[in-house]
Amino acid sequence: MSLSVNDVEYVASLARLGLSDDEKETLREQLSSILSHIEVLNRLDTSAISPTAQVIEVDNVMRDDTVAPSLDHDEVMRIAPRSDKGFIAVPTVLGGSDEGGSA
Amino acid sequence: MSELTRLSATEARQLLDSKAISSVELTEAHLERIAEIDQQVHGYLHVMTDVAHSQARHADSIIENGEATSLTGIPIALKDILCTVDAPTTAASKILDGYVSPYDATVVRKLREAGAVFLGKANTDEFAMGSSTENSAFGPTHNPWDLDRVPGGSSGGSAATVSAHEAMVSLGSDTGGSIRQPAGFCGVVGMKPTYGRVSRFGLLAFASSLDQIGPFSRTVSDAALLLNSIAGHDPYDSTSIDIDVPDFTATLDYDLKGKRIGIAREYTADGMETGVSTAFDDSVRTLRDLGANLVEVSLPHTEYGLATYYITSPAEASANLARYDGIKYGNRKEGATLQETYLRTRGEGFGPEVKRRIMLGTYALSSGYYDAYYVKAQKVRTLIKRDFDMAFEHVDAIVAPTSPTVAFPIGSRTEDPYQMYLADVFTIPANMAGIPGISIPGGFSDGLPVGLQFLGKAFDEATVLSIAHAYEQATDWHTREPTGIA
Repeated sequence: MSLSVNDVEYVASLARLGLSDDEKETLREQLSSILSHIEVLNRLDTSAISPTAQVIEVDNVMRDDTVAPSLDHDEVMRIAPRSDKGFIAVPTVLGGSDEGGSA
Repeated sequence: MSELTRLSATEARQLLDSKAISSVELTEAHLERIAEIDQQVHGYLHVMTDVAHSQARHADSIIENGEATSLTGIPIALKDILCTVDAPTTAASKILDGYVSPYDATVVRKLREAGAVFLGKANTDEFAMGSSTENSAFGPTHNPWDLDRVPGGSSGGSAATVSAHEAMVSLGSDTGGSIRQPAGFCGVVGMKPTYGRVSRFGLLAFASSLDQIGPFSRTVSDAALLLNSIAGHDPYDSTSIDIDVPDFTATLDYDLKGKRIGIAREYTADGMETGVSTAFDDSVRTLRDLGANLVEVSLPHTEYGLATYYITSPAEASANLARYDGIKYGNRKEGATLQETYLRTRGEGFGPEVKRRIMLGTYALSSGYYDAYYVKAQKVRTLIKRDFDMAFEHVDAIVAPTSPTVAFPIGSRTEDPYQMYLADVFTIPANMAGIPGISIPGGFSDGLPVGLQFLGKAFDEATVLSIAHAYEQATDWHTREPTGIA
């Protein structure tokens, strides 16, 4: 499996990872190499095998819907990189971005 | 080195309860040891001196009142991926540099309530991704047996601090071997409990279908003691199972006569060192001498474990690490727009291995590749789990080497990621199957520790610990002290 720089850029955009040109080239080589090792899985015929996402047999874990205190608001603001009047502040969401749409 | 730092937690318990020593003395001895040698080892990212002093005083008052439980006053190191309200939790990543969690991980809360003493936060590969602790953004940890070698990883700091007597016991996390492999490299005991045995609430998530928290110690009985305290259902972690937690220390004395222990013929690898094979063969002989019935079992899909893991775990990681976006907590590199802020925050905040895994995982989950990689790996996971199910119909436990090699030199595997991944070839299958495993000191090769691994049935940690204890009592590997510290 050999990846192109375009492939790397596409995956990086899905993952919201800003990469330098050097990083893109290194990742292109390394990911291609790792994926070639992973191709060993194709030796196995798994057409009749069901997938395992996790190994314990629990589903729909329910609990009583009881009122309990949650994290203190001031504590949550304390760890926010930037806040304003009790809200978390972020840069422009819409407009200006390549996929932000029109404001 | 103070004799107090040579004690096991089990020994210290008796001395604390008989008032022969105080927790303040015990804690002070460990803090002095840290001050003396941690510049060489770099096992800690953050030493919790003030917290430890105040917890030790508190522990002494609990003991004075006759209300001590098994870990009251015992000095413990915590992998820096477990949330603590009174010390930074960074996952050894720049993206969380300086972050202090507003809540404790459940295991941290349990230890706190038991009156344990927190010495500090132990170094790790960034977000637990690695096999050598070289991926820490704050510099590598050094192996106490040879400072030029890695301690293993990702819980390298948790292993090295216990090995170097800078902590009595510690907690780590194991996603593909991150407790057992560094325990083997550093010559200590490390256990990954069954998936679902210990709550992961407050453990920064790496791969949620694989991650499990577990103990490091210098004796098997200390591992049992620590597991007793952290195991159990937690409403904050829906994957923690509501099942009885036995007293793991109560069943340690165990007669190996007639017990069936499996040896998997597939647990050999290209590049397996002779010193490791020799030590393993000697260990098998010891088990046989103790009366165990060694039975050959087959785990035919072992060779596919690594490839399965390097799809499954990065895929889960790419989703879990999406939360580090610089918005609500952690470090933000602000751009003109939200999109730019994401790209800069994550591009500058994550190190190379974390980026590699996010990229690999995102690729494996992306449209057009999802079935070929992610679903394929999940299907092979089924086959790996079935191998164990079938083997455990015939045996009580399986014995295997922990790693194909002893600790390798710092810098020797960083160029080729896949070479690094091979360090986990014998530990990954247990995570894929969710079963418990332990690594204990199992001999030496050229003066470096060799780990011996026991794997057991799901929720049968008791048998795994008991067999490990029987082997430990018949050998003296665990009594040797590291030779690398000046």
